[in-house]
Amino acid sequence: MKRALPIFAVLAVLLAAIALANPFFLEPAGFLAFVKRAAPLVILAAGQYFVIVSGEFDLSVGSLVTVEVVVAARLIDGNEDATWPVLALVVVIGLLVGLVNGAVTTLLRVPSFITTLGMMLVLSGAVFLWTGGAPRGALSHAFRVFGRDTLWSVLILASVGVAAVLLMRADFGRTLIATGDNERAAALSGVRVTRVRIVAFAISGLAAAVAGILLGGFAGVSAQVGQGLEFSAITAVVLGGVVLGGGRGSVVAAMAGALTLEALFTLLNLYGISGALEFTVQGVIIIAAVAAGAVRLPFSLTPRKSKGDAHAAS
Amino acid sequence: MNDAPPSEITTPAEAAPPAARRAGATRHPWANLGSTQVVFLALLVTIVVGWILVAIDGGNLLTLETVVGVQQRSAALGIVAVGQTLAILAGSLDLSVAYLISLASLVAAEIMQAGSVPGAVAAVIAVSALVGLVNGVVITKLRVHAFIATLGVALVIKGVLDHLYDGPAGRVPESFQHLGYDRVGPIPVSAMLWAAVALTAWFLLSRTRYGYRVHAVGGDPDVARLSGVRTDRVIILTHVLCSLCAGIAGLLLASRLGAGVPTVGTDGGYDLESIAAVVLGGTALAGGRGGVAGTVGGVLLLAVLDSVFNQLEVNSFFKDVVRGVVIVVAVAVYARKRSTS
Repeated sequence: MKRALPIFAVLAVLLAAIALANPFFLEPAGFLAFVKRAAPLVILAAGQYFVIVSGEFDLSVGSLVTVEVVVAARLIDGNEDATWPVLALVVVIGLLVGLVNGAVTTLLRVPSFITTLGMMLVLSGAVFLWTGGAPRGALSHAFRVFGRDTLWSVLILASVGVAAVLLMRADFGRTLIATGDNERAAALSGVRVTRVRIVAFAISGLAAAVAGILLGGFAGVSAQVGQGLEFSAITAVVLGGVVLGGGRGSVVAAMAGALTLEALFTLLNLYGISGALEFTVQGVIIIAAVAAGAVRLPFSLTPRKSKGDAHAAS
Repeated sequence: MNDAPPSEITTPAEAAPPAARRAGATRHPWANLGSTQVVFLALLVTIVVGWILVAIDGGNLLTLETVVGVQQRSAALGIVAVGQTLAILAGSLDLSVAYLISLASLVAAEIMQAGSVPGAVAAVIAVSALVGLVNGVVITKLRVHAFIATLGVALVIKGVLDHLYDGPAGRVPESFQHLGYDRVGPIPVSAMLWAAVALTAWFLLSRTRYGYRVHAVGGDPDVARLSGVRTDRVIILTHVLCSLCAGIAGLLLASRLGAGVPTVGTDGGYDLESIAAVVLGGTALAGGRGGVAGTVGGVLLLAVLDSVFNQLEVNSFFKDVVRGVVIVVAVAVYARKRSTS
């Protein structure tokens, strides 16, 4: 919890700064609009948290989001009746991709960085092979309502948040953290490390599916809808004080990290920092925030720390 | 440490090539049949199978044109991947190379337009060394994970590029375009540049103290530090070298395009592609094991695959699918070999 506190302070400061520049933000409508915009990233960050805390990466979520949106658009093609079956299919695809990521990473012992990088290539290649290079079709109104309607987005976000917290409080959450902290010790104490990790990847895939449903409604169908989201999600999780390499950090802080990132974008827009330089400011702030969190800890020579430093990529 | 099973301890001595590795050969013959041999074997098989497939299709894979094409296509990625090999061997990684390549191409083209080719080369070297220095210092002194540190630096460069440029800028004189287009017999100048970079890196890794330290730091930073290696310096120097390679690739791409292009690095996907090529070449992502030779094989393998698909006129999206599968399968094979040895 000590590591998690700074992110809430930063989030509060950013939200206050936004409110100062734009009083509309204090009204329920203004604030909920912000939450709605942030929802997909927050959900992705929650999913990514499960993978990161177990000591792995998931780089495939961005292209998975694109795949979900493009597949849904092509299959629905404006037909309202197709909405619910396609929604179910979208969820199944998300779970399946996560399961494959998890199985390849654990059973074939491929580092997750590479597994999910390969998955990213396969997914984006396969979906555009199928649609012939560009997204086709259109989403139905019933599908788009989830991402367009503020109430729906906020409700979905809230239920994802509650589910994530409950999962982390359950036995699964404890075994997950134990696995990320020390795989060998966890295995020796009876944790089924392989199974726990596969479930973590499946959760991340599921989160990508939900985020895809929201983004499809919110942003519409395009080939770039998920571009770069994997890095944003990982950044958000790390901003929340979760250690790359696993075993440390809370899911609430990870979601707060995503809100912080989104608040940062909003703020940069409000203060009129040109769209381009926004990236520069973002980069500096991310490094500064993570550095501030890391330098705070004085015990730099403990094995735990050095694992986080150099080996998390494995 | 003594309680851990011996197979899990990677001491610097075990990880350090080539003398130490040869000594280890008597103990683990299979482990040392090396990923490098595997990747070159795979390269050979790909060439043979590709040649047969293309021949059935009525073409010829091994014409002068395709051989030159493979080399030219792989030179830029190859140079970046050599630098990335150093970073990954040291237990780090560099996600900022793609944007740095774009930046380098623009710096080169702008200064060359102003009239000075040597000045442009010097400026590119200075800029890329500086970026590498920042990467290394942020990772070691500020203790930011390499993934986040280099991603952050990438964003910083991206912002600057987007702010200053809307499209191609600067102009590269004819004299410098020889680097991108000339060839001696079947060997392009760009491939020679790649070979020179790879040989330099190989020499550094296998014949100098720096190389041993890189393997030691990548194998286990704590053991390295306790053995008296100044790990921070090694990692900073490694990132400077890695960024220099990206800068050289930027020079090469500028000479080929005749101008600086703000999207050349990201369009080529040089950040993730270079990491994939390194890993395909058998270097462990966790650091400490692998080498430049494997990376060269990995890059060539990707380029030959590309060339075969081009000749067969395969859909480019299908290429991505195959590339993704090849990378994962290769790493799964290496993982299996390591665990059985």
